[in-house]
Amino acid sequence: MIAAEGLRFAYDRRPVLDGVSFEAREGRVLGLLGPNGSGKTTALRTLYGSLRPQQGRVTLGGRPISTLGPRAISQRLAVVVQESDAESMLTVREMVTLGRLPRLSTFQRTGTEDHAAVEVALERVGAQHLARRRYAELSGGERQRVLVARALAQEADFLLLDEPTNHLDIRYQHEVLGLVREVATSAVVVLHDLNLAARYCDDLVLLESGRVAATGSPDEVLDPALLERVYGIGVTRTDVGSHPQLLFHPLDRLERLSR
Amino acid sequence: MVALEPTTDPDPQVLPRRDGADHTRRRARRWTLGLMLGLLVSMVAGTALGAVYVPFTSVVEVIGHHLFLVPAEQTWSGPRDSIIWDVRLPRVLLATLVGAGLAVTGMALQAMVRNLLADPYLLGVNSGASTGAAAAILFGVTLGIGEHALSASAFVGAMAASVLVYAVARSAGRVTSTRLLLAGVAVGYALQAVTSFLIFASDSAEGARSVMFWLLGSLALAEWGQPLTLATVVVLLTVGVLTVLGRRLDALAVGDETALALGVSPERLRTALLVLVALCVAVVVSAAGSIGFVGLVVPHLARRAVGAAHVRAVPVAALMGAILLIWADIGARVLLAPQEIPIGIITAVVGAPFLLILVRRLQATAA
Repeated sequence: MIAAEGLRFAYDRRPVLDGVSFEAREGRVLGLLGPNGSGKTTALRTLYGSLRPQQGRVTLGGRPISTLGPRAISQRLAVVVQESDAESMLTVREMVTLGRLPRLSTFQRTGTEDHAAVEVALERVGAQHLARRRYAELSGGERQRVLVARALAQEADFLLLDEPTNHLDIRYQHEVLGLVREVATSAVVVLHDLNLAARYCDDLVLLESGRVAATGSPDEVLDPALLERVYGIGVTRTDVGSHPQLLFHPLDRLERLSR
Repeated sequence: MVALEPTTDPDPQVLPRRDGADHTRRRARRWTLGLMLGLLVSMVAGTALGAVYVPFTSVVEVIGHHLFLVPAEQTWSGPRDSIIWDVRLPRVLLATLVGAGLAVTGMALQAMVRNLLADPYLLGVNSGASTGAAAAILFGVTLGIGEHALSASAFVGAMAASVLVYAVARSAGRVTSTRLLLAGVAVGYALQAVTSFLIFASDSAEGARSVMFWLLGSLALAEWGQPLTLATVVVLLTVGVLTVLGRRLDALAVGDETALALGVSPERLRTALLVLVALCVAVVVSAAGSIGFVGLVVPHLARRAVGAAHVRAVPVAALMGAILLIWADIGARVLLAPQEIPIGIITAVVGAPFLLILVRRLQATAA
């Protein structure tokens, strides 16, 4: 389990996280939601030790991650970051093989076990046919697949993803998140799109200006009145099967005043 | 748990295909072996060719005699022995080391600052060395070291410059790639100004000419002795460490956040690399001046040959750099013999077109 306990974080003196607590449990996909600047990505970055909270702590299976080095963390958390080198000359297979880095000591060469893990990861995301292509030549959706494969090759306990659907068209958005659901039983995903969150997450944390506005199941968190307050936009909810789905419309002045 | 198929004990029957990974390795092995052979041939050629031609067989005999006492009897003249053993061989060895050192430090810096146009001189190390060398040549600042005053002074200047760059990059907190780049450029320009001022302030036209010659790079100062030993140790160490750290370099080249996600502290890795690279460049530049283009172009050639994974690309770059520099030095000695051309001119003439081709290719793939 990953537990965030009372996280506070400020860039310069502008608070980004202001007492954020939540838990990501094994076997569940947790979605981190919130408007721009609400602290979603910052919260995620504190989970894997990229940012240190000025107050509060993150524990991993009960151990504070501040007591773990980057290597120990990377053996248990695999992160798909929002960063990719557009000029990278690495092939897809080489990129995925980097996922074995946390498992290899400095002088160790990649062995049979590592190659097998890489091939399995490529197969699981359906990217075997891309293995020899250059990563930089791929489309956005293909790249995202490869990064998920790299994270899988890490064989970590949790998968962490920072807006994995960014810049993807609607089909790839569903494909990538479907993939996450399929391959990772434990994950934390930062998402912009509330409908995707409704469909692919078990638990949601809604952030508002660095505080937790709501936590719970999609059914509980995706409450139109709450969302209207947090996002400042009109929300209509219809339930498709067991998934809530939302329609958005701008609030006119009168509506905004009356709420 | 991330649901992965069990990989700890794979059934050999269903072991996934890995011919792709093998293919890359085989290709790299072929390149490495071929280049090693090429290096050997180039070293012999570098010793044979020059203002006075010495037959290849004679070169092999002289070297065999000195190293292994095979043949035991010296059947050639003293001057020929001296040309090969005392003049050309140390020079070829220095060319090998300088070429390899520049190529691998260029490659490391391109990964560290994530810029394909980075080269070993980005850190201002060579500007520091030039300032040191200019001070030694023009004003006899010898730091009381005597025999190797020029190299020593250049080395001190180079190390001082890199400490300064690091301090500037560090001053605002974390050493990011952008900060490192800007600090290097700023310190480099400042030191170039100092060097220019030293030349301007000195009355000696002859001194100014020597500084100029040194700035363009030359291997003419090569001789058996401590500087060559030092260069051998440092360059071999650098090539070895960069190869071993290859996977970490790959991760760092993708991005800081990626490196961290893969368990590599980008800050600590960048600092460690900075120390190693600065030391290597300082040794190389103090021995041979600022030879341009090798550290910029060779990494690209190496990546084109064996791919971008540093574990394979670093040794290949080292070999390519060494071979390139040996032939550039042969050109420097032979083209206008008996006069010697500064080697930096040759590497620039050869390197610039390579770079232009590269730019065209890059645009083509990016589009």
